[in-house]
Amino acid sequence: MNIMVNGESMAWQPGMKVRDILNIRNYTFKMLVIKVNGTLVKRAQWDSYRIPEHAEVSVIHLISGG
Amino acid sequence: MNVYQNPYNVAKMKEAHKLLTELTYEKQPLKMGYANRTLHINVSENTITSKPVTQEMKDVFTGGRGFDMKLLWDATNENTKWDSPENEIVIAAGAMGGITQYPGAGKSIVCGISPLTGAPVDSNVGGYFGPYLKFSGWDAIEVQGIAEKDIIIFIDGDAGKIQIFEAPEEDVNSHLLAEQMCDMFAKNEQEKKAIATVSAGVAAEHSFFGCLNFSFYDRRRQVARLKQAGRGGLGTLFRHKKIKGIVCKFSQLQADSNHVADLDRIKEIAADYHRELYEEDDKQCDMRHVGTAHLVELMNDYDLLPTHNYKFGRHDKAQKITSHVWREMFTQGIPDGCWYGCTMQCAKSVDRYTLRTGPYKGDIVSVDGPEYETAAAFGANMGIFDPHFIVEANFYCDTYGIDTISWGTGMSFVMECYENGIINKEITGGYDLSFGRGEEAIEMLHKMARGEGFGKIIGLGIRRMKKLFVEEYGADAAFLQDIGMECKGMEYSEYVTKESLAMQGGYGLALKGAQHDEAWLIFMDMVNNQIPTFEDKAEALHYFPMFRTWFGLQGLCKLPWNDVEPADNGETDEPAKVPKHLQNYVDLFNAITGNNIDQQELILQSERVYNFQRVFNLRLGFGTRKHDEIPYRSAGPVTNEEYLSREERYDKQLKEKYGWDPTGKSVDERRLKMRFFREEAYQKLCDAVYDRRGWDNNGVPTIEKITELGLANSGVMEVLKKYYQ
Ligand code: SF4
Repeated sequence: MNIMVNGESMAWQPGMKVRDILNIRNYTFKMLVIKVNGTLVKRAQWDSYRIPEHAEVSVIHLISGG
Repeated sequence: MNVYQNPYNVAKMKEAHKLLTELTYEKQPLKMGYANRTLHINVSENTITSKPVTQEMKDVFTGGRGFDMKLLWDATNENTKWDSPENEIVIAAGAMGGITQYPGAGKSIVCGISPLTGAPVDSNVGGYFGPYLKFSGWDAIEVQGIAEKDIIIFIDGDAGKIQIFEAPEEDVNSHLLAEQMCDMFAKNEQEKKAIATVSAGVAAEHSFFGCLNFSFYDRRRQVARLKQAGRGGLGTLFRHKKIKGIVCKFSQLQADSNHVADLDRIKEIAADYHRELYEEDDKQCDMRHVGTAHLVELMNDYDLLPTHNYKFGRHDKAQKITSHVWREMFTQGIPDGCWYGCTMQCAKSVDRYTLRTGPYKGDIVSVDGPEYETAAAFGANMGIFDPHFIVEANFYCDTYGIDTISWGTGMSFVMECYENGIINKEITGGYDLSFGRGEEAIEMLHKMARGEGFGKIIGLGIRRMKKLFVEEYGADAAFLQDIGMECKGMEYSEYVTKESLAMQGGYGLALKGAQHDEAWLIFMDMVNNQIPTFEDKAEALHYFPMFRTWFGLQGLCKLPWNDVEPADNGETDEPAKVPKHLQNYVDLFNAITGNNIDQQELILQSERVYNFQRVFNLRLGFGTRKHDEIPYRSAGPVTNEEYLSREERYDKQLKEKYGWDPTGKSVDERRLKMRFFREEAYQKLCDAVYDRRGWDNNGVPTIEKITELGLANSGVMEVLKKYYQ
């Protein structure tokens, strides 16, 4: 079973949380906006929000910087 | 306070001055952000003249970099080379420059025809000079000609007087000269903050990438701090003109020195921003404690930190130079704004640092930075993961007048050449210049300052070194082209771009050369996958360069735009643009100038100057498609070592993205196939961007575009006609 993260396929596991995606992808940047199936997931929920099967996840890194 | 073992004697310096010329001028108050005149100085002829700023000049060129480019264009011709006497250093602040209510409004923009690239270059820098120049009555200063002997130009904005004098005794190196100017022209310690100096250093005389230092006096540290206009060799041009310093004195700074249209509105916008900054910065980039150095760990985590001449994007030793180290080394708890009112406070400093090498060994000094670019270039790219080396080399680059990016990237190139046997100890004068050799690297810097040996060769810059290594040492020209990280003759700044096609364009399609200040799109492209098509990337490579050009028109710092963002920015339609801050800029411009622009007009203001600068490149024989070519290392793995280091990623892309099965193929075959696909993609990107910008497929602005922007005057059309015949 897979989910899509920023347009790329990623293996899904039962009980997977938003935080797990950040850890697996090594997304360490602090300025992130995360949406699961189009719904905004606030920072306070990252440790608890469950990722459903086949979810479309976007982890937008906000810096335009450099 | 710096402690020197050989103190200087200002009285002796003053005695040796010989006044060449002076001008007394009538001071007049600014009107809504503009002084409405510019200053022209010719140091060959010792003339000082004033030029009016017309409404047309404001309408077409806005200010700042726009004024610089217009004045430089008028002063030069199609045959002007960087060392021609008519070439100029032009410095301007911009209409918003010098406001103290909103952060990041004290930047100067410096332009000239670059010794490094041969084309016009612009550089954006902090320090107090730009605002003081404007408040002294001048929207811009042009310095033309070549002096006979070393000179100092002194603009006394308090007294309304400008002097040029021979100055044989002052130091050339910036950390000393900037302090000497404070001691010389301030009546007392309190008044030193009224003195702002532009200077270079001795190594700028022996390299093509000399930088300019812009000072501001830090009363708490009691030192003249230095901010750098780093890119493009403007320090080299400065010393070629035999200028030791341009000094501006202005002690009457007030809350409304710009005489703006609506000060209350500015205060209102600013109050909201300051509150947001205090609430969000610690949670976001932590600029107030570590400045831009917070990027080191971030870039390492995302495989973007250039390591060993951009071969890789990550290194196991990176934690030795990440922000926790800089947090410790930077003095905390002291205001660190490079202009009044900048609460972002990112101009960090390592204080009471005892120098270990070179002519100032044993002196105790404050060292500005290191910023991210410097830490990445000296630490990861050169493979010297030693914070003390980074601070030491940062100090000497600054005071010698050397661009840390060009030196760091140039040294990384030299180190790879050394490890490949292209150069050896016989050529380097007995020095092992492998990656990681800090002592040898710093010795190269001192040699550059003295104009000696291989240190001076490094000062040629990568483009000229490539030619020399091929002609003198039989190097493979194609390999050097692949690994020499320069575009248009300017060394790359410190980001690995292999996995972001848009960012390859961000560097390759930048007007002045490989600097990231037009567009930094790596996260949008490579990580977020927000701009997947060529058209999406082209749109980003249109919008962001235009928007970011605007900072240069106004005398603004880019950092307060998006290095802190409103808490709800992510919920907006276009978070990458930081819509609330964008609107702040529109509102601020209107409140200062009394105009009534909107977000579209903001982009138009930039588009005019941007296209004008592209035509300026064309006028000097640059600015077409072939000049937008990038070294292949910017696009993909040059060597098998690089391919194998990310083998899984590359194989997957060959199969899934390009539909070519790598199974059973040799590394050479896979690497070359990857190269074919990536080079093709870059060309398609150029097509899409040229089209979006209103340029033809050779990268030349179309007559329609130029006409639409109101730039179709005789000089511009004359240049374009040559390309359209
Ligand atoms: S954000 Fe940093 S570089 Fe920009 S003006 Fe403020 S202190 Fe200077």
